[in-house]
Formats: sequence, structure tokens, C-alpha cells
Amino acid sequence: MNSARRSWLPIHAFVVFSFLMYASPAEAHLNATGMGPLYDGLLHFLMSPEDLIPVLALALLAGLRGGAYGRRALFTILGAWLIGGLVGIGSATKDGNPFVSAAWFLLLGGLLASDAKLSLCVMTALAASLGLYNGYLNGTGMGQFSTASVALLGLVFAVFVLVALAAALVITLRVQWTQIVVRVAGSWIAASGLLMLGWAVRTR
Amino acid sequence: MRSEGHRILARWLGLVLLILLWTQSAFAHPQKGEAVGFLTGFRHPISGLDHVLAMIAVGLWGAQLGNPAIWLLPVAFPMVMAIGGMLGLMGIPLPFTEYGIALSAIMLGTAVLFEIRPPLTVAAVLVSCFAIFHGHAHGTELPPGESALLYSVGFVIATGCLHALGIGIGTVHRWRWGQKFLRGAGGLVAIGGAFFLWKAFA
Repeated sequence: MNSARRSWLPIHAFVVFSFLMYASPAEAHLNATGMGPLYDGLLHFLMSPEDLIPVLALALLAGLRGGAYGRRALFTILGAWLIGGLVGIGSATKDGNPFVSAAWFLLLGGLLASDAKLSLCVMTALAASLGLYNGYLNGTGMGQFSTASVALLGLVFAVFVLVALAAALVITLRVQWTQIVVRVAGSWIAASGLLMLGWAVRTR
Repeated sequence: MRSEGHRILARWLGLVLLILLWTQSAFAHPQKGEAVGFLTGFRHPISGLDHVLAMIAVGLWGAQLGNPAIWLLPVAFPMVMAIGGMLGLMGIPLPFTEYGIALSAIMLGTAVLFEIRPPLTVAAVLVSCFAIFHGHAHGTELPPGESALLYSVGFVIATGCLHALGIGIGTVHRWRWGQKFLRGAGGLVAIGGAFFLWKAFA
């Protein structure tokens, strides 16, 4: 039995070696692949808490309400972000209003903390408004680069993944304390929004 | 089967916590100082013992009172504390802040010591009133030049973690010795509060 196994080893080694020899260059460097702007956009979203946290709050809120809300939020925010971004690319660079950013934190965090029983229409409106607003701001920031639309695509992809994963995770939660943890996260987001509001007034 | 699952979950959480505590700040974002903003905000609530005592006492008291106070009080505290922080940031003065903070440790410690069980609304209002003082003190002490968003997030997360620590310690309430231990811890918090009150007057 052992000798039979051993006899296959050189063949396996030869197959592996052949594959290694046939492998094409990895082209892992972003200059070679042209994927740089895509990753720029993707990472920009993941490393910008002012974008990430409201989207996360919306996803958790949609997840608490169930699958239909999750799907609606996912595709609405995706489309709205893309539209907002494309409109913003052609516009002059504009910074976000700190009061509006704080208001998003407060609104979405508060709704999540109170486990608000929103209708599907309201959820759609929230997702659309958030997507349009943040997408537009992202677009204006990217407008100076020729590869802005590719970066926007990466950004929207990151939004899609985050909303899909976060909403799906919450939908699967069955134990009560896990849902409370989600609501506690909402209260923290709302509390951060209050502090941001105070900060915005201070630095006005 | 369920306890086995809990054990595995606890091990994973422990591992994640350990890794989180060991990590250095990444400084990965191109905007300078943002990671520092988060860390400054995170360190702020845990840098003062008077704050730490009161916030852990909130968790302890919540654990003593049981459901729904166990999660309602730690939700109410950061929310109202943020209102206090907002007032502090706006420059709206609040008198007797240091006394209020010291009194909060005394009152909350006493509540844990004697296992006082008021109606939920009364407990929430009491905790919220004290939270205003804590938040205001933090709000007025914010250093300039930090990222407002990340400072706020770090600040709120640290406060929530202190409550969670209190709740975690409070889970010993299910045992008889644990109930005595908690009452002892409440007594220590009250003594600490009295010390800070004395310091505030001195």
C-alpha cells in the first residue's frame, strides 16, 4: 500500500512542477494591472469613518427589520451612491458639512438604538439619501483624477460588501442579547453624533 | 453542546481582545492625526479614576438589577454623557462638575453596596443625571487639533467598554459569594467617590 502511494509521488511532483513552470507572471503590482484606482476607492471607503459608520448603521438597521429591508437598502444605497458619485465627479471639490455628518450619525444611530419600526418606503428613502449625499461628496473629492470613475466603482463595491455582510449578519441573529448588542452599537453611533455636533458648533 | 459553544466563543473573544489590546496604532490613513484622535478619545474616559469608578459602577448596578436595566443603563449613560459632552464643547457652563462626578461614584457605589432596586425609570434618570457631569467634564477638556469624529468614536467606545467591564464583573451576581463581592465592590466605589469629593473641596 505504502509503496503504491510512493509510486505516485513523482507524478504528482511533476504535475505541480509543470503548473509552476506554466504560471504566467502575477502582475501583482497595481501599475501593471491598472487596478490602483479601484483599490484606492475601496480602501478610501473602508478607511473613512465618516462614510463607513453611517452605512454600517443603515445596514444594521435594515438587518434588524428583516431580509426585505436588507435587500432594499443594499440595492438602493448602491445605485444612489453611484449616481451621486457620478454627478459629483463633474463638480467642484466640496467638503462635507460637519452638521450634516453629525445629523446622519444621530439619525441612523438613534433609529438603530430605538429599533425603530420603519416602513420599507422610509428605509428606501434613508438609503437613497445617504447614498446620494455621501456619493456626491466622494465624487467631488475624486473629480480631480482621470481615473475617478474606476475609484468610484471600487468604493461602491466596498459599500455593497459592507451592507450585504452587516445586514445578513444581523438577520441571522436569533438570540435576544445579540440583537441588544446591535442596538447598543446604535446608541454609541448616536452618542458619537452628539459629540460631533458639539464639536461642529465649537469649530464653526 | 451549548456550553461547549459558549466556551469556544469565549476563547475566540478572549483571543480577539488580546490581539486588540496588543496592537499599535496603524497610522494608515493619509490624513495625519486621525489614529491619534481615536486613541486620544479612547484614553480620555479611562485616564481619570473618578470616571472609571462611576462607569464601572453603572455596569455593576445594571447587572444587579437584571434585565432590562442591565442593557438600558449602559445605553442611557453614553447617550446622555454625549449630551453633556456636547454642552461642554459648545462652551455652555455647568456648575459643580467635579462635585457631580464625585457624587456619582458615591451614589452609584452606595446603590450597588445596598443593592438598591428603584423603579427602572428612576434608575435611568439617576444614571443620566450623573452622565451629564461626566460628559461635560470630557467635553471641556478636549484637546484641539484632533479628528472630531474619531475622537468621539474612541471616547464613546471606551465608555461603553467600561460599562461592559462592570457588567462582566457583575455576572458573578448569580452566586451567593458573588453578591457579597459585588456589594463590597460597590462599597469601594463609594469610598473612592468620597475621596474624590474631599479632593474637590480641598
